[in-house]
Amino acid sequence: MLTPPALRNAFDTAAARERCRRYRRRILDISQQVTALHVAPAFSCAEITDAIYHGLMRQDADGAYRDVFLMSKGHGCMIQYVILEEKSILSRDDLALYCRPNGRLGAHPDYETPGIEASTGSLGHGLGMATGQAYAEKLKDTDTLIYCVLSDGEFQEGSTWEAVMMAANLRLDNLIAFMDYNDFGGLERMSDGHQAFYPLVPKAEAFGWEAVEVDGHDEEAMVQAVLGRRGGRPLLVVCRTVKGKGISYMENVAIWHYRSPNKEEYEQGLKELSDRAP
Amino acid sequence: MRNRFADTFYELGKADPRLCVVVADISPAGSIAKFRNEFPRRFINTGVSEQIMIGMAAGMAQRGLRPFAYTIATFTLYRPFEMVRDDLCYQNLPVTIVGIGGGVTYSTLGATHHAQEDVSIACSIPNMNVIAPCDPDETDAATRWCAQQQIGPVYLRLGKAGEPNLSKDARTPWSFGKVRILREGDEVCILSYGPITKRAFEVSDRFAKSGRSAAVASVHTLKPLDRDGIAGILKRFAHVIVIEECAPNGSLSMRVKELAWERQSGCRLDVFTLRDEFIHCYGSHDDLLAAHGLSTAKICANLGLG
Repeated sequence: MLTPPALRNAFDTAAARERCRRYRRRILDISQQVTALHVAPAFSCAEITDAIYHGLMRQDADGAYRDVFLMSKGHGCMIQYVILEEKSILSRDDLALYCRPNGRLGAHPDYETPGIEASTGSLGHGLGMATGQAYAEKLKDTDTLIYCVLSDGEFQEGSTWEAVMMAANLRLDNLIAFMDYNDFGGLERMSDGHQAFYPLVPKAEAFGWEAVEVDGHDEEAMVQAVLGRRGGRPLLVVCRTVKGKGISYMENVAIWHYRSPNKEEYEQGLKELSDRAP
Repeated sequence: MRNRFADTFYELGKADPRLCVVVADISPAGSIAKFRNEFPRRFINTGVSEQIMIGMAAGMAQRGLRPFAYTIATFTLYRPFEMVRDDLCYQNLPVTIVGIGGGVTYSTLGATHHAQEDVSIACSIPNMNVIAPCDPDETDAATRWCAQQQIGPVYLRLGKAGEPNLSKDARTPWSFGKVRILREGDEVCILSYGPITKRAFEVSDRFAKSGRSAAVASVHTLKPLDRDGIAGILKRFAHVIVIEECAPNGSLSMRVKELAWERQSGCRLDVFTLRDEFIHCYGSHDDLLAAHGLSTAKICANLGLG
């Protein structure tokens, strides 16, 4: 029986913090190669994605992942790319050719690129596919878990709620979804105009899910939320995050959904990432 | 056709544990009910939720299963269009979408239930394969092909129930992507697909009465289109006719005309499609087709057959 990494060894929060600092710096570097990059959406789910890859997903003896990671908020894929690069699933050349005509990595992930389990980019598709994947693993009688990262904005899509209901109907306890609850869509703060969206945990519970809210930049809390779940149904981890986390001028500023930093902003960002713990 | 699909699927499903059916609140016809009883976990009803029907089918295919998503034709494509495009076609997954009641089959239900443009829309998406069998026998062959193919998503457009077997005298078996002559002829060739192929036979009979011999061909695979097969027909026959139950834009008629231009065909070419209109008519399937100008009498009058 395979156990998650965090059960074999106590989760090393200092190491996780150092990794995420490295990933953010790497993403900033890449932001200088292209004019537009979803920096802030990747930064808000850096710890979520790191916790899944380093604390939760199990690998077989040959190194292949037993569990599946699906980035439903496709615009956050930069964090996944840099993790896959560090794991040598993607190469440094792949990242160097990000958004270039002869490369294979775009601003949204493409199915069958190494490490990418679904093409996403249009919001509200990932949880439906993850539901189908989780059900298939049940039919095949495996113990594979499907981890799916969604933006809070994706929960405004009706299709996400179709998936929420169906996953609960099918009692898919092998489906674990993380909501990157950064409160920002592309335009503005969601809580300003969409107050009926809240509260989140009771809503998910009413739809038949187990749900818990944690700090989405506290990896240990997220890992424990998953390992300590009651089970028997799908789990939603509502992760409170800060969009653009780690760089002062990006945090909670809507324009950074799309913008790449200029030279000066880049230098300042690097400085902040070396001085401050994210 | 619906029942024949169900019988064939049940037979295949018994042997292949990868085959699953995902329906969106549609009652399982014939043997699909048997399939559900025997393999309850491989029959999923998502309820009135077509987006998750397609999304789940995509996810299941990504993990090695062979799902068939099954509901009324309009709801297989129109409501979940972006899931069909992005989840199935963009990722090129071997999922079969079974659309029941293509065209104006649901003749009393109004245009919300009329899949008038389904073939055009499905053909316009990259990677999509589109099959519209003309009768139960072709449905059987197409279903077998769908269950084992590896090339990508398929839109399998079916009628409803009670269609006659039109292909029983065909000399060649059904083959994916190949035009199939159902009735031999010399001067005229009528191209059709789906249940309206019965009109093609009726028109062919009228040609015979006037002393001319009209072949009938089933263009059951709309995508990829058998361009060489059709070009051969345009060359061989002096008069080619298309009769189809699809709106004109993106129709087989449009593509045959395009091909005729490209190959500089000299034949006469007449096409009969559904109109580019929502027609507020409620009656039998034949009544609806007539309202669209697709009665045998109207077609024959347009062709100058007395």
